[in-house]
Amino acid sequence: MIKHNIYLDHGATTPVHPQVVQSMVPYWTEYYGNPSSSHSFGRQAELALRSARETIANLLNASPGEIIFTANGSASDNLAIRGVVRSRPMQGKGNHIIISSIEHSAVTKTAVQLAGFNECEVTILPVDHFGQIRLPDLEASIQPNTVLISIMAANNEIGTLQPIEDIGQIAREHGILFHTDAIQAMAIKQWDMSELPIDLLSIAPHKFYGPKGIGILYARKDIELEPVLTGGGQESNRRAGTENVAFAVGAAEALRLAMAEQPDLLQHYLLLSGRLIEGLTTALPGDCVLTGHPTQRLPHNASFAFRGISGNDILMHLDLAGIAASSGSACKTGDPKPSKILEAIGLGSEWTKGGLRLTVGRQNDLVDIEYTLQTIPNIIKKLQELDSIWA
Amino acid sequence: MSGGVDSSVAAALLVNQGYDVVGIMMRLWSESIETNTVITNRCCTPDQMAEARRVAAHLNIPFYVLDAQSLFRKTIVQQFIDDHNAGLTPNPCIACNRQIRFSFLLQHAQALGAQFLATGHYARVRHVGDCYELLKGCDSQKDQSYVLYSLNQEKLAHILFPVGEYNKKDVRALAKKFSLPVAAKHDSQDLCFVADGNHQAFLQRQRMNGFQPGPILDQNGQELGHHAGLPLYTIGQRKGLGISADQPLFVLQKDNTKNAIIVGPREALEQFEFYIQDINWISGVAIPAGELVDIKIRYKATAVPGYVSKSINNEALIKLTAPVRGVTPGQGAVFYHGDVCLGGGIIQERNEDKVNEKSF
Repeated sequence: MIKHNIYLDHGATTPVHPQVVQSMVPYWTEYYGNPSSSHSFGRQAELALRSARETIANLLNASPGEIIFTANGSASDNLAIRGVVRSRPMQGKGNHIIISSIEHSAVTKTAVQLAGFNECEVTILPVDHFGQIRLPDLEASIQPNTVLISIMAANNEIGTLQPIEDIGQIAREHGILFHTDAIQAMAIKQWDMSELPIDLLSIAPHKFYGPKGIGILYARKDIELEPVLTGGGQESNRRAGTENVAFAVGAAEALRLAMAEQPDLLQHYLLLSGRLIEGLTTALPGDCVLTGHPTQRLPHNASFAFRGISGNDILMHLDLAGIAASSGSACKTGDPKPSKILEAIGLGSEWTKGGLRLTVGRQNDLVDIEYTLQTIPNIIKKLQELDSIWA
Repeated sequence: MSGGVDSSVAAALLVNQGYDVVGIMMRLWSESIETNTVITNRCCTPDQMAEARRVAAHLNIPFYVLDAQSLFRKTIVQQFIDDHNAGLTPNPCIACNRQIRFSFLLQHAQALGAQFLATGHYARVRHVGDCYELLKGCDSQKDQSYVLYSLNQEKLAHILFPVGEYNKKDVRALAKKFSLPVAAKHDSQDLCFVADGNHQAFLQRQRMNGFQPGPILDQNGQELGHHAGLPLYTIGQRKGLGISADQPLFVLQKDNTKNAIIVGPREALEQFEFYIQDINWISGVAIPAGELVDIKIRYKATAVPGYVSKSINNEALIKLTAPVRGVTPGQGAVFYHGDVCLGGGIIQERNEDKVNEKSF
């Protein structure tokens, strides 16, 4: 029996866990107060918000004051970088920041924009063929005026894990703040912020079965952040705006579930993604490569590049076959560009438009995977035929 | 789907008839890519893409955009430029329908598993026994069969033209009936990849060293004046030649080898015959020599009666029963039997010597 509508794009977003949905329900029409209000409605909301914050803090072995709610993962990245560069302690320090060449655009574009306004200098570290930065490169790029290193815990496109503990160590040694965008990586390990040499951590609950529309930024106490959104002083003056209590509650529940279900889920993901990787690379030798690190990668991420084919076209065929996936050069307006990530890891031009990312999740099973493995090679062959006529 | 009312209604009709429809738009080349300016196409703009997408959403069908930018540039656009440089006056819609729409797009559609490719053309396909015929659209003002003369049996078996049965007025009414979110735009005859329809300005922008000026000659080879570049003139043109003469003079011919424009009196514009090449017969079989058919020498021309006099390989000599003016090399000559489009070819340069050539 073939399932239609197979969702293999959990890297883009995930369905909300039923328990998370349940946890949020009371906050639409029952406990709807504004946490800043001094009456009983406000107090109820404030309690729920505080409880959510504490839950998250406990799960990360951090203190509640180190948990900031934002609008989404990109907002967390923005707050981390802008917040540090513009904060009072950093003024007059010259403000040099170091990022990698494969950061999410919420990091890269923010850094580049600030540099454009002459608020900081940016060094962009190259990555190796697997997408990891080289620690000696990092050491060599540190300057006396370096204030922040921002390197993602795992790359969303190719799944590669960065050596964040080593990076954090180096940052510590130089007295530099270390931010990591952990948006893709949150659910794959236990995070003990009292041990990890990380100062700022971006989190997006919608990647681990939480709601879209909320983000979290962990910021180690004593770090001053100049707010991006100014106004009512919420989040201890770090992020203005009436708090999204319902979603904060949902975010906390999602994180709790993610950490609790982690061992089983990781095993499940490795089984499925492993089968995908083995299946596709053997079915299309020479025309299909695994992208990213073979072992130090997100367990649920199976990412590939296909030779001479447009990832956009693959997605169209997959969609009609009932499979949802994504590609680093996907473009809804028919103007796909080579993936910057695939270029950064050194793939040639005949590969860089042919990225395909399959990210498995809780609801997938081996039936989904087998159907996918039957479907993709035929699509690739058809597209290769067309390409040989029209390219 | 282009975001326009014709293709939108075509999609709606098919959905209504129970077809399993997928909407596709092609991203074609735009000058702004090459010249890094804001010159945009008349067609296939982001706005139109958004409209096509909205129509697809309204019809609850998938919608995808296919990237054909570089293919379009190196085939249709390049051919257009090359033809003008060679003194021809091409109709790129003929080439686009042949190469891009009903080859590239048709093959992609079939690769996706489609049985048919449908478009919003005003034309009809008729299945007669084992054969397929291409017919004019019911709306004679809107009929687009002219640009489709390159279709063949194999392709017609997989093509649908849902709006061909209707008048444009009816199509707009259908758009309302289906509540399609399409803007009430006026149709345009301009080339899609040329901003503002000014193809001379386009050619100028594409040509680094500008056009080559040359002589204007009379039919005896006497030099009468100068022209500013072959692409700036069309066959039959009278104004803007900068020559004073005792009778009105018209552009008869563009001579690419001499880079000259040949002019002559109005009567000299009249031709009883011309050669065509790159011929396609939709049925797969050429019509017999001498058989009278109706011939359009231009998209908007009124058809005139004529016949194939002789043919060899993929070239033919066409003779008309009455002369026409303004036979333009590079344009399509398309043949009809009543409503049935039989096929056509590209009008060749006027060459008086050819009539006497042994092979013909």
